[in-house]
Amino acid sequence: MDVENLNNMMIDVLGEIANIGSGNAITALSSMLSKRVDMSVPQVRILEFNEVAAVLGGEEKLVVGIYLDLGEEVEGNIMFIIDIESAINLTNMLLGRKGNGVELDDMARSALSEVGNILASSYVNSLSALTGLRISVSVPSLAIDMAGAILSVPAIQFGYIADQVLFIETVFEEGNKTVKGNLFLLPDMDSFGKILSSLGVL
Amino acid sequence: MEIIKVGMADLNIIKAPGILTTLGLGSCVGIALYDKHNKIAGLAHIMLPSSKEIKNNTNEAKFADTGIELLIEKMVKEGAIKELLTAKIAGGAQMFSFNNNNSILKIGERNVQATKEKLKELNIKIISEDTGGNYGRTIELNADDGSLLVKTIGHGVKVI
Repeated sequence: MDVENLNNMMIDVLGEIANIGSGNAITALSSMLSKRVDMSVPQVRILEFNEVAAVLGGEEKLVVGIYLDLGEEVEGNIMFIIDIESAINLTNMLLGRKGNGVELDDMARSALSEVGNILASSYVNSLSALTGLRISVSVPSLAIDMAGAILSVPAIQFGYIADQVLFIETVFEEGNKTVKGNLFLLPDMDSFGKILSSLGVL
Repeated sequence: MEIIKVGMADLNIIKAPGILTTLGLGSCVGIALYDKHNKIAGLAHIMLPSSKEIKNNTNEAKFADTGIELLIEKMVKEGAIKELLTAKIAGGAQMFSFNNNNSILKIGERNVQATKEKLKELNIKIISEDTGGNYGRTIELNADDGSLLVKTIGHGVKVI
């Protein structure tokens, strides 16, 4: 299975799975916050290495990234990325804090990791239910840094097999637009094949 | 002054006056070569250690081994002298950490190691480096003096 070999139907199917998976994830976030959260239709994106960071607003943009490894029958990873202002607003909501904190302290980092954990688990649970494949999720790991540096991790993962990066992106936004983030599903190419054949597409 | 941006899995060269820059290096390694006498600078942004471990290896700039060779070739074509080249390297961070031994996450360290081995093999001396850690770096290589500016978020700015 190569990035170049994906046809439109396969891409549509991947988009649809992501739609259901991230729908579940966003519902979980919404009930955690007791607020409305809107999400975009997931986009299956195939990008050149140097185009990747532009998705998040440029290589040097400060973002929070939460990375979770997928294991067992589907390998790859899930990343939850939000800009720094959104991260502060989100943790203020979750922790019942007031005011405009400018720093993400340990408590805030831990809350963000937990959000990543819940988003990824609900995403993966529905992926697993749809495909019948066993999928495990690792503990979350968090980094606050330049978008380019954070995205180098999945880009390198694809670098082993391709000159492009394939990921499925869902953009979500809290009802009052104070929190905006991206959820990326990045299965490795063999796992794409497995997902597609479990659904009878391949 | 001319500023050329070098993207991921890419490389470029410049003659003074000018700057080569690469933004947001994470686990990738930025390899800055400089010929002080001819004031020619070259910068490669490699993603993986070795083209030999991988089938899909047509993009030479993606790997430490082939990337360094290609960069030198381009610099020599522009008048640089291989024996005069010195190197500075930056990047190779581990952005995310886990308790298990996930080789994908340790790739930064392996990129740095492969870069050093290749430079040693080619007899190019590394005069300074800023590698490892768990944070991203933006670097600027100035062709006037070969200085390498390293900028980070929360870990300072320095010239190496």
